[in-house]
Amino acid sequence: MSIRGKAYIAGAWEHPLRKAPDHSVAQLHYEVAKGALDDAGLTFADVDGFFCAGDAPGLGAHSMVDYLGLDLRHVDTTETGGSSYLAHVSHAAQAIMAGKCDVALVTLAGRPRSERTDIRAAAPIEDPDAPDVPFEVPYQPVLSAVYALCAMRHMYEYGTTPEQLAWIKVAASHHAAHNPHAMLRDRVTVEDVISSPMVADPLHRLDCCVVTDGGGALVVTRPEIAKSLSRPRVKVLGAGESIGHRRGGTADITTTAAAISGPAAFAEAGVRPADIDYAAIYDSFTITVLMQLEDLGFCEKGRGGAFVADGNLISGVGRLPFNTDGGGLCNNHPANRGGMTKVIEAVRQLRGEANPAVQVPDCRLAVASGIGGPLATRHGSATLILERE
Amino acid sequence: MEMLTFSAPAVNPETRPFWDACNDGKLLVGRCTTCRKHHYYPRPFCPHCGGDKVEWVEAEGTGQVYSYTVMRRFEPVRVLCMVELAEGVRMMTVLRTAEPDAVRIGLPVSLAFAESAGGQKLPVFEPAG
Repeated sequence: MSIRGKAYIAGAWEHPLRKAPDHSVAQLHYEVAKGALDDAGLTFADVDGFFCAGDAPGLGAHSMVDYLGLDLRHVDTTETGGSSYLAHVSHAAQAIMAGKCDVALVTLAGRPRSERTDIRAAAPIEDPDAPDVPFEVPYQPVLSAVYALCAMRHMYEYGTTPEQLAWIKVAASHHAAHNPHAMLRDRVTVEDVISSPMVADPLHRLDCCVVTDGGGALVVTRPEIAKSLSRPRVKVLGAGESIGHRRGGTADITTTAAAISGPAAFAEAGVRPADIDYAAIYDSFTITVLMQLEDLGFCEKGRGGAFVADGNLISGVGRLPFNTDGGGLCNNHPANRGGMTKVIEAVRQLRGEANPAVQVPDCRLAVASGIGGPLATRHGSATLILERE
Repeated sequence: MEMLTFSAPAVNPETRPFWDACNDGKLLVGRCTTCRKHHYYPRPFCPHCGGDKVEWVEAEGTGQVYSYTVMRRFEPVRVLCMVELAEGVRMMTVLRTAEPDAVRIGLPVSLAFAESAGGQKLPVFEPAG
Protein backbone atom coordinates (compact mmCIF):
# COMPACT_ATOMS: atom_id res chain seq x y z
CA MET A 1 0.00 0.00 0.00
CA SER A 2 1.20 3.43 -0.86
CA ILE A 3 -0.22 6.96 -0.81
CA ARG A 4 1.36 7.59 -4.22
CA GLY A 5 -1.19 9.52 -6.29
CA LYS A 6 -4.00 8.95 -3.76
CA ALA A 7 -4.37 12.62 -2.77
CA TYR A 8 -3.80 16.12 -4.13
CA ILE A 9 -3.04 19.47 -2.56
CA ALA A 10 -5.96 21.47 -3.92
CA GLY A 11 -5.56 24.65 -1.88
CA ALA A 12 -2.65 26.52 -0.35
CA TRP A 13 -2.56 29.96 1.21
CA GLU A 14 -0.03 31.97 3.20
CA HIS A 15 -1.18 34.86 5.36
CA PRO A 16 0.29 38.09 3.95
CA LEU A 17 0.90 39.61 7.39
CA ARG A 18 4.23 39.22 9.17
CA LYS A 19 3.09 41.19 12.21
CA ALA A 20 -0.50 40.85 13.42
CA PRO A 21 -0.94 42.87 16.62
CA ASP A 22 -4.65 43.37 15.88
CA HIS A 23 -5.49 39.71 15.24
CA SER A 24 -6.18 36.86 17.64
CA VAL A 25 -4.47 33.51 17.02
CA ALA A 26 -7.85 31.88 16.36
CA GLN A 27 -8.72 34.60 13.86
CA LEU A 28 -5.47 33.92 12.00
CA HIS A 29 -6.41 30.21 11.84
CA TYR A 30 -9.77 31.23 10.36
CA GLU A 31 -8.22 33.57 7.80
CA VAL A 32 -5.69 31.04 6.54
CA ALA A 33 -8.36 28.32 6.40
CA LYS A 34 -10.63 30.61 4.38
CA GLY A 35 -7.73 31.57 2.13
CA ALA A 36 -6.81 27.96 1.34
CA LEU A 37 -10.43 26.89 0.78
CA ASP A 38 -11.06 29.90 -1.50
CA ASP A 39 -7.88 29.02 -3.38
CA ALA A 40 -9.15 25.46 -3.90
CA GLY A 41 -12.67 26.56 -4.80
CA LEU A 42 -14.14 24.75 -1.79
CA THR A 43 -16.00 25.90 1.33
CA PHE A 44 -15.97 25.17 5.06
CA ALA A 45 -19.02 22.95 4.46
CA ASP A 46 -16.88 20.70 2.23
CA VAL A 47 -14.31 20.04 4.98
CA ASP A 48 -14.70 16.66 6.71
CA GLY A 49 -11.15 16.21 8.00
CA PHE A 50 -9.17 18.67 10.15
CA PHE A 51 -5.48 18.66 10.99
CA CYS A 52 -3.66 20.96 13.40
CA ALA A 53 -0.67 20.91 15.74
CA GLY A 54 0.58 22.59 18.90
CA ASP A 55 0.17 26.13 17.57
CA ALA A 56 -3.63 25.73 17.58
CA PRO A 57 -5.01 27.17 20.82
CA GLY A 58 -6.96 24.91 23.15
CA LEU A 59 -6.99 21.15 23.69
CA GLY A 60 -6.02 19.42 20.47
CA ALA A 61 -8.41 20.37 17.66
CA HIS A 62 -11.40 21.01 19.93
CA SER A 63 -11.36 24.79 20.06
CA MET A 64 -10.50 25.32 16.39
CA VAL A 65 -13.18 22.92 15.16
CA ASP A 66 -15.71 24.64 17.41
CA TYR A 67 -14.59 28.13 16.32
CA LEU A 68 -14.56 27.25 12.62
CA GLY A 69 -17.89 25.39 12.92
CA LEU A 70 -16.64 22.26 11.15
CA ASP A 71 -18.54 18.97 10.81
CA LEU A 72 -15.87 16.30 10.77
CA ARG A 73 -15.46 12.60 10.08
CA HIS A 74 -11.73 12.67 10.75
CA VAL A 75 -9.32 14.57 13.00
CA ASP A 76 -5.53 14.42 13.48
CA THR A 77 -3.47 16.53 15.88
CA THR A 78 -0.06 15.03 15.22
CA GLU A 79 2.52 17.27 16.88
CA THR A 80 6.11 17.11 15.65
CA GLY A 81 6.93 20.81 15.99
CA GLY A 82 7.56 22.74 12.80
CA SER A 83 7.50 19.56 10.70
CA SER A 84 3.91 18.74 11.76
CA TYR A 85 2.23 20.18 8.67
CA LEU A 86 4.20 18.01 6.26
CA ALA A 87 3.22 14.99 8.35
CA HIS A 88 -0.38 16.24 8.20
CA VAL A 89 -0.34 16.18 4.40
CA SER A 90 0.89 12.59 4.52
CA HIS A 91 -1.66 11.62 7.16
CA ALA A 92 -4.41 13.35 5.18
CA ALA A 93 -3.46 11.31 2.13
CA GLN A 94 -3.57 8.14 4.25
CA ALA A 95 -6.97 9.09 5.67
CA ILE A 96 -8.34 9.90 2.22
CA MET A 97 -7.03 6.60 0.87
CA ALA A 98 -8.72 4.77 3.75
CA GLY A 99 -12.02 6.54 3.10
CA LYS A 100 -11.92 8.45 6.40
CA CYS A 101 -12.34 11.88 4.81
CA ASP A 102 -12.61 13.60 1.42
CA VAL A 103 -11.50 17.19 2.08
CA ALA A 104 -8.78 17.70 4.69
CA LEU A 105 -7.97 21.16 6.03
CA VAL A 106 -4.57 21.79 7.65
CA THR A 107 -3.98 25.08 9.49
CA LEU A 108 -1.09 26.82 11.22
CA ALA A 109 -1.06 30.28 12.81
CA GLY A 110 0.58 32.21 15.62
CA ARG A 111 1.79 35.58 16.83
CA PRO A 112 5.26 35.13 18.35
CA ARG A 113 6.39 38.52 17.03
CA SER A 114 3.56 40.42 18.66
CA GLU A 115 3.80 38.33 21.80
CA ARG A 116 7.62 38.64 21.85
CA THR A 117 8.15 34.93 22.39
CA ASP A 118 11.41 34.48 20.55
CA ILE A 119 11.92 30.73 20.34
CA ARG A 120 15.55 31.24 19.33
CA ALA A 121 16.12 32.43 22.89
CA ALA A 122 13.86 29.94 24.66
CA ALA A 123 14.18 26.36 25.78
CA PRO A 124 11.54 24.72 23.60
CA ILE A 125 10.14 22.23 26.08
CA GLU A 126 10.18 22.60 29.82
CA ASP A 127 7.70 19.92 30.89
CA PRO A 128 9.28 18.50 34.06
CA ASP A 129 7.76 15.09 33.29
CA ALA A 130 9.63 14.89 29.98
CA PRO A 131 12.46 12.52 30.94
CA ASP A 132 15.16 14.52 29.15
CA VAL A 133 14.23 17.90 30.61
CA PRO A 134 15.92 17.65 34.06
CA PHE A 135 19.15 16.57 32.35
CA GLU A 136 19.22 19.42 29.82
CA VAL A 137 17.05 22.44 30.64
CA PRO A 138 19.00 23.55 33.77
CA TYR A 139 21.93 24.31 31.42
CA GLN A 140 19.69 26.66 29.36
CA PRO A 141 20.03 24.98 25.95
CA VAL A 142 18.20 27.63 23.92
CA LEU A 143 17.39 26.68 20.34
CA SER A 144 20.08 28.75 18.67
CA ALA A 145 22.68 27.15 20.95
CA VAL A 146 21.48 23.60 20.34
CA TYR A 147 21.60 24.12 16.57
CA ALA A 148 25.03 25.70 17.02
CA LEU A 149 26.25 22.43 18.59
CA CYS A 150 25.39 20.69 15.30
CA ALA A 151 27.08 23.39 13.23
CA MET A 152 30.24 23.33 15.34
CA ARG A 153 30.53 19.54 15.11
CA HIS A 154 29.77 19.58 11.37
CA MET A 155 32.59 22.09 10.85
CA TYR A 156 34.93 19.93 12.94
CA GLU A 157 34.15 16.66 11.15
CA TYR A 158 33.79 17.90 7.58
CA GLY A 159 35.57 21.23 7.35
CA THR A 160 32.36 23.14 6.68
CA THR A 161 32.99 26.89 6.92
CA PRO A 162 30.95 29.88 8.18
CA GLU A 163 31.16 31.29 4.64
CA GLN A 164 29.53 28.16 3.20
CA LEU A 165 26.69 28.38 5.74
CA ALA A 166 26.32 32.06 4.87
CA TRP A 167 25.63 31.17 1.21
CA ILE A 168 22.34 29.62 2.35
CA LYS A 169 21.20 32.97 3.76
CA VAL A 170 22.51 34.77 0.68
CA ALA A 171 20.40 32.53 -1.59
CA ALA A 172 17.30 33.04 0.56
CA SER A 173 17.81 36.80 0.50
CA HIS A 174 18.07 36.85 -3.30
CA HIS A 175 14.67 35.14 -3.43
CA ALA A 176 13.08 37.32 -0.73
CA ALA A 177 14.03 40.43 -2.71
CA HIS A 178 11.24 39.47 -5.14
CA ASN A 179 8.62 38.78 -2.45
CA PRO A 180 6.69 41.92 -1.44
CA HIS A 181 5.47 40.16 1.74
CA ALA A 182 8.92 39.02 2.93
CA MET A 183 10.02 40.34 6.31
CA LEU A 184 13.64 40.82 5.16
CA ARG A 185 13.87 41.96 1.53
CA ASP A 186 17.45 43.19 1.33
CA ARG A 187 19.94 41.06 -0.54
CA VAL A 188 22.83 40.17 1.75
CA THR A 189 26.36 39.00 1.01
CA VAL A 190 28.48 36.31 2.62
CA GLU A 191 30.41 39.13 4.30
CA ASP A 192 27.15 40.58 5.70
CA VAL A 193 26.30 37.24 7.28
CA ILE A 194 29.67 36.50 8.85
CA SER A 195 30.07 40.06 10.12
CA SER A 196 26.63 40.07 11.78
CA PRO A 197 26.75 39.64 15.57
CA MET A 198 27.58 36.16 16.85
CA VAL A 199 24.57 34.62 18.60
CA ALA A 200 25.97 31.21 19.48
CA ASP A 201 29.28 30.23 17.86
CA PRO A 202 29.44 29.50 14.95
CA LEU A 203 25.94 30.87 14.20
CA HIS A 204 25.56 34.60 13.56
CA ARG A 205 22.42 36.64 13.72
CA LEU A 206 21.94 36.26 9.97
CA ASP A 207 22.26 32.47 10.22
CA CYS A 208 18.92 32.54 12.09
CA CYS A 209 15.38 32.67 10.73
CA VAL A 210 12.95 35.53 11.25
CA VAL A 211 10.31 35.62 13.99
CA THR A 212 6.92 36.38 12.43
CA ASP A 213 3.21 36.40 13.10
CA GLY A 214 0.86 34.91 10.55
CA GLY A 215 0.26 31.43 9.27
CA GLY A 216 -0.83 29.29 6.39
CA ALA A 217 -3.19 26.51 5.42
CA LEU A 218 -3.52 23.62 2.99
CA VAL A 219 -6.43 21.69 1.55
CA VAL A 220 -5.79 18.05 0.67
CA THR A 221 -8.41 16.10 -1.24
CA ARG A 222 -9.11 12.90 -3.14
CA PRO A 223 -8.28 12.68 -6.87
CA GLU A 224 -11.91 12.80 -8.08
CA ILE A 225 -12.54 16.06 -6.21
CA ALA A 226 -9.19 17.59 -7.24
CA LYS A 227 -10.02 16.85 -10.87
CA SER A 228 -13.38 18.65 -10.53
CA LEU A 229 -11.66 21.87 -9.39
CA SER A 230 -10.17 24.54 -11.62
CA ARG A 231 -6.73 24.94 -10.02
CA PRO A 232 -3.54 23.29 -11.33
CA ARG A 233 -3.20 19.89 -9.70
CA VAL A 234 -0.40 19.00 -7.25
CA LYS A 235 -0.22 15.30 -6.53
CA VAL A 236 1.21 13.75 -3.36
CA LEU A 237 3.75 11.19 -4.59
CA GLY A 238 5.48 10.07 -1.41
CA ALA A 239 6.08 10.85 2.24
CA GLY A 240 8.24 9.84 5.14
CA GLU A 241 8.62 10.81 8.76
CA SER A 242 10.82 10.03 11.72
CA ILE A 243 12.06 11.33 15.04
CA GLY A 244 15.75 11.89 15.60
CA HIS A 245 16.93 11.48 19.19
CA ARG A 246 19.88 11.08 21.55
CA ARG A 247 20.20 7.30 21.29
CA GLY A 248 21.20 7.00 24.93
CA GLY A 249 23.97 9.54 24.45
CA THR A 250 25.48 7.99 21.32
CA ALA A 251 23.79 9.95 18.53
CA ASP A 252 25.77 11.59 15.72
CA ILE A 253 24.57 15.21 15.82
CA THR A 254 25.69 15.92 12.26
CA THR A 255 22.84 13.79 10.89
CA THR A 256 19.10 14.60 10.96
CA ALA A 257 16.12 12.27 10.87
CA ALA A 258 15.70 13.36 7.24
CA ALA A 259 18.18 10.52 6.63
CA ILE A 260 15.22 8.23 7.45
CA SER A 261 12.21 10.26 6.26
CA GLY A 262 13.88 11.38 3.03
CA PRO A 263 14.77 8.00 1.52
CA ALA A 264 11.35 6.65 2.60
CA ALA A 265 9.59 9.48 0.74
CA PHE A 266 11.76 9.14 -2.38
CA ALA A 267 11.21 5.38 -2.42
CA GLU A 268 7.44 5.75 -2.18
CA ALA A 269 7.45 8.40 -4.91
CA GLY A 270 9.70 6.32 -7.14
CA VAL A 271 12.01 9.25 -7.87
CA ARG A 272 15.55 10.27 -6.93
CA PRO A 273 17.02 13.53 -5.60
CA ALA A 274 18.52 14.15 -9.05
CA ASP A 275 14.97 14.31 -10.47
CA ILE A 276 13.92 17.19 -8.19
CA ASP A 277 13.26 20.59 -9.80
CA TYR A 278 12.56 22.56 -6.61
CA ALA A 279 13.54 21.97 -2.97
CA ALA A 280 11.63 23.42 -0.02
CA ILE A 281 14.01 22.92 2.90
CA TYR A 282 13.23 23.80 6.52
CA ASP A 283 15.44 26.74 7.38
CA SER A 284 15.24 27.64 11.06
CA PHE A 285 19.00 28.16 10.81
CA THR A 286 21.43 27.88 7.91
CA ILE A 287 22.89 24.66 9.34
CA THR A 288 19.41 23.09 9.32
CA VAL A 289 19.32 23.40 5.52
CA LEU A 290 22.82 22.08 4.98
CA MET A 291 22.29 18.93 7.04
CA GLN A 292 18.93 18.15 5.42
CA LEU A 293 20.36 18.52 1.91
CA GLU A 294 22.98 15.91 2.78
CA ASP A 295 20.50 13.60 4.48
CA LEU A 296 17.97 13.85 1.65
CA GLY A 297 20.71 12.69 -0.70
CA PHE A 298 21.40 15.84 -2.72
CA CYS A 299 25.08 15.40 -1.91
CA GLU A 300 27.30 13.10 0.12
CA LYS A 301 27.40 13.45 3.90
CA GLY A 302 29.87 16.17 4.76
CA ARG A 303 29.79 17.75 1.29
CA GLY A 304 26.89 20.10 2.04
CA GLY A 305 29.17 23.10 2.47
CA ALA A 306 30.57 22.79 -1.05
CA PHE A 307 27.10 22.03 -2.40
CA VAL A 308 25.43 25.21 -1.10
CA ALA A 309 28.33 27.56 -1.91
CA ASP A 310 28.59 29.97 -4.83
CA GLY A 311 24.86 30.45 -5.32
CA ASN A 312 23.98 26.81 -6.01
CA LEU A 313 20.62 27.28 -4.23
CA ILE A 314 19.67 30.50 -6.09
CA SER A 315 16.88 30.13 -8.63
CA GLY A 316 18.14 30.73 -12.15
CA VAL A 317 21.76 30.54 -10.98
CA GLY A 318 22.39 27.25 -9.22
CA ARG A 319 21.50 23.59 -9.70
CA LEU A 320 18.98 23.32 -6.87
CA PRO A 321 16.64 26.29 -6.42
CA PHE A 322 15.43 26.32 -2.81
CA ASN A 323 12.96 28.37 -0.73
CA THR A 324 12.10 30.80 -3.51
CA ASP A 325 9.76 32.78 -1.25
CA GLY A 326 12.79 33.72 0.87
CA GLY A 327 12.10 30.88 3.32
CA GLY A 328 12.15 31.16 7.06
CA LEU A 329 15.54 32.84 6.84
CA CYS A 330 14.11 35.95 5.15
CA ASN A 331 10.40 35.69 4.38
CA ASN A 332 8.28 34.07 7.05
CA HIS A 333 8.49 31.59 9.95
CA PRO A 334 4.97 31.94 11.33
CA ALA A 335 4.38 30.67 14.86
CA ASN A 336 8.08 29.70 14.93
CA ARG A 337 7.11 26.76 12.72
CA GLY A 338 8.34 26.75 9.15
CA GLY A 339 6.86 23.51 7.75
CA MET A 340 3.62 24.98 6.42
CA THR A 341 5.29 27.71 4.36
CA LYS A 342 7.65 25.13 2.86
CA VAL A 343 4.71 23.22 1.41
CA ILE A 344 2.93 26.39 0.26
CA GLU A 345 5.88 27.64 -1.80
CA ALA A 346 6.39 24.15 -3.26
CA VAL A 347 2.75 24.23 -4.39
CA ARG A 348 3.27 27.70 -5.92
CA GLN A 349 6.31 26.45 -7.82
CA LEU A 350 4.53 23.34 -9.12
CA ARG A 351 1.56 25.45 -10.22
CA GLY A 352 3.89 27.91 -11.95
CA GLU A 353 2.65 30.65 -9.62
CA ALA A 354 5.84 31.62 -7.80
CA ASN A 355 7.15 35.15 -8.23
CA PRO A 356 8.18 35.26 -11.92
CA ALA A 357 11.78 36.22 -11.11
CA VAL A 358 12.25 33.01 -9.08
CA GLN A 359 9.85 30.62 -10.85
CA VAL A 360 11.65 27.42 -11.82
CA PRO A 361 10.95 26.78 -15.53
CA ASP A 362 8.75 23.73 -16.12
CA CYS A 363 8.77 22.85 -12.42
CA ARG A 364 7.38 19.31 -12.27
CA LEU A 365 8.77 17.66 -9.15
CA ALA A 366 9.40 19.14 -5.70
CA VAL A 367 10.58 17.93 -2.33
CA ALA A 368 9.46 19.59 0.89
CA SER A 369 11.46 18.80 4.01
CA GLY A 370 10.50 19.82 7.53
CA ILE A 371 12.33 19.65 10.86
CA GLY A 372 10.64 20.27 14.19
CA GLY A 373 12.41 20.82 17.50
CA PRO A 374 16.05 21.00 18.52
CA LEU A 375 18.25 19.23 15.99
CA ALA A 376 21.04 18.18 18.35
CA THR A 377 18.68 16.50 20.81
CA ARG A 378 15.17 15.44 19.72
CA HIS A 379 13.58 16.51 16.45
CA GLY A 380 10.87 15.47 14.07
CA SER A 381 11.55 15.15 10.36
CA ALA A 382 8.92 14.89 7.65
CA THR A 383 9.50 14.72 3.90
CA LEU A 384 7.00 15.10 1.06
CA ILE A 385 7.47 14.52 -2.64
CA LEU A 386 4.99 16.48 -4.75
CA GLU A 387 4.37 16.38 -8.50
CA ARG A 388 2.58 18.70 -10.90
CA GLU A 389 0.08 16.68 -12.90
CA MET B 1 34.39 35.52 37.01
CA GLU B 2 30.68 36.17 37.34
CA MET B 3 28.76 33.09 38.46
CA LEU B 4 26.75 31.05 36.00
CA THR B 5 23.23 30.29 37.22
CA PHE B 6 21.26 27.09 36.69
CA SER B 7 17.58 26.36 37.12
CA ALA B 8 16.63 23.46 39.39
CA PRO B 9 16.15 20.05 37.76
CA ALA B 10 12.83 18.36 38.48
CA VAL B 11 13.65 15.31 40.60
CA ASN B 12 11.29 12.34 40.52
CA PRO B 13 11.37 8.89 42.15
CA GLU B 14 12.97 7.34 39.06
CA THR B 15 15.89 9.78 38.99
CA ARG B 16 16.31 10.41 42.74
CA PRO B 17 19.46 8.20 43.02
CA PHE B 18 21.13 10.19 40.25
CA TRP B 19 20.48 13.53 41.89
CA ASP B 20 21.37 12.31 45.39
CA ALA B 21 24.68 11.08 43.98
CA CYS B 22 25.30 14.52 42.44
CA ASN B 23 24.90 16.02 45.92
CA ASP B 24 27.57 13.53 47.07
CA GLY B 25 29.90 14.63 44.26
CA LYS B 26 29.33 11.61 42.00
CA LEU B 27 28.07 11.42 38.41
CA LEU B 28 26.08 8.26 37.68
CA VAL B 29 25.39 6.83 34.25
CA GLY B 30 23.32 3.79 33.32
CA ARG B 31 24.89 0.51 32.23
CA CYS B 32 23.03 -2.49 30.86
CA THR B 33 24.00 -5.77 32.47
CA THR B 34 22.95 -7.60 29.30
CA CYS B 35 24.61 -5.69 26.41
CA ARG B 36 27.11 -3.90 28.71
CA LYS B 37 26.55 -0.54 26.98
CA HIS B 38 26.32 2.72 28.90
CA HIS B 39 23.54 5.22 28.40
CA TYR B 40 22.83 8.80 29.40
CA TYR B 41 20.50 10.29 30.57
CA PRO B 42 19.86 7.31 32.89
CA ARG B 43 16.63 5.28 32.83
CA PRO B 44 15.49 1.97 34.32
CA PHE B 45 15.97 0.01 31.09
CA CYS B 46 18.50 -0.06 28.27
CA PRO B 47 17.68 2.20 25.30
CA HIS B 48 20.20 0.28 23.18
CA CYS B 49 18.98 -3.33 23.55
CA GLY B 50 15.72 -2.94 25.44
CA GLY B 51 16.98 -4.99 28.38
CA ASP B 52 15.44 -4.20 31.75
CA LYS B 53 18.45 -5.02 33.90
CA VAL B 54 20.51 -1.88 34.23
CA GLU B 55 22.81 -0.65 36.95
CA TRP B 56 24.03 2.74 38.06
CA VAL B 57 27.76 3.13 37.59
CA GLU B 58 29.87 6.03 38.74
CA ALA B 59 31.50 7.84 35.84
CA GLU B 60 35.25 8.41 36.03
CA GLY B 61 34.57 12.11 35.65
CA THR B 62 36.85 12.64 32.67
CA GLY B 63 36.00 13.25 29.07
CA GLN B 64 36.39 15.57 26.13
CA VAL B 65 34.39 18.25 24.38
CA TYR B 66 32.30 16.58 21.63
CA SER B 67 30.71 19.88 20.59
CA TYR B 68 30.19 23.30 22.14
CA THR B 69 28.93 26.78 21.55
CA VAL B 70 29.54 30.10 23.24
CA MET B 71 26.19 31.70 23.97
CA ARG B 72 27.08 35.33 23.32
CA ARG B 73 23.74 36.82 24.24
CA PHE B 74 24.06 35.60 27.83
CA GLU B 75 25.75 37.57 30.56
CA PRO B 76 28.12 36.09 31.53
CA VAL B 77 28.61 34.19 28.26
CA ARG B 78 27.80 30.53 28.69
CA VAL B 79 29.65 27.63 27.04
CA LEU B 80 26.98 25.03 26.32
CA CYS B 81 28.68 21.77 25.70
CA MET B 82 28.20 18.17 24.77
CA VAL B 83 30.85 16.26 26.67
CA GLU B 84 31.82 12.73 25.66
CA LEU B 85 32.56 10.87 28.87
CA ALA B 86 35.34 8.29 29.18
CA GLU B 87 32.48 5.76 29.35
CA GLY B 88 31.61 6.68 25.73
CA VAL B 89 28.28 8.47 26.21
CA ARG B 90 27.69 12.15 25.50
CA MET B 91 25.85 14.51 27.80
CA MET B 92 24.53 18.05 27.60
CA THR B 93 26.31 20.23 30.11
CA VAL B 94 28.06 23.54 30.62
CA LEU B 95 31.79 24.07 30.54
CA ARG B 96 32.91 26.40 33.31
CA THR B 97 35.88 28.34 32.01
CA ALA B 98 37.41 31.78 32.26
CA GLU B 99 38.48 31.48 28.61
CA PRO B 100 35.44 30.63 26.48
CA ASP B 101 37.32 31.57 23.31
CA ALA B 102 39.93 28.90 24.02
CA VAL B 103 37.41 26.02 23.99
CA ARG B 104 37.86 23.52 21.17
CA ILE B 105 36.31 20.21 20.22
CA GLY B 106 38.50 17.49 21.74
CA LEU B 107 39.49 19.61 24.76
CA PRO B 108 40.01 17.29 27.77
CA VAL B 109 37.59 18.15 30.57
CA SER B 110 36.94 17.03 34.10
CA LEU B 111 33.81 16.80 36.21
CA ALA B 112 32.74 19.47 38.66
CA PHE B 113 29.45 20.32 40.31
CA ALA B 114 27.48 23.54 40.35
CA GLU B 115 24.64 24.47 42.65
CA SER B 116 21.32 25.04 40.91
CA ALA B 117 18.50 27.23 42.20
CA GLY B 118 17.31 25.64 45.45
CA GLY B 119 20.61 23.88 46.13
CA GLN B 120 20.48 20.66 44.07
CA LYS B 121 23.96 19.99 42.64
CA LEU B 122 24.29 19.64 38.89
CA PRO B 123 27.15 18.07 36.88
CA VAL B 124 29.20 20.61 34.94
CA PHE B 125 32.71 20.39 33.50
CA GLU B 126 35.93 22.37 33.54
CA PRO B 127 39.03 22.22 31.33
CA ALA B 128 41.20 19.37 32.69
CA GLY B 129 44.51 19.94 34.42
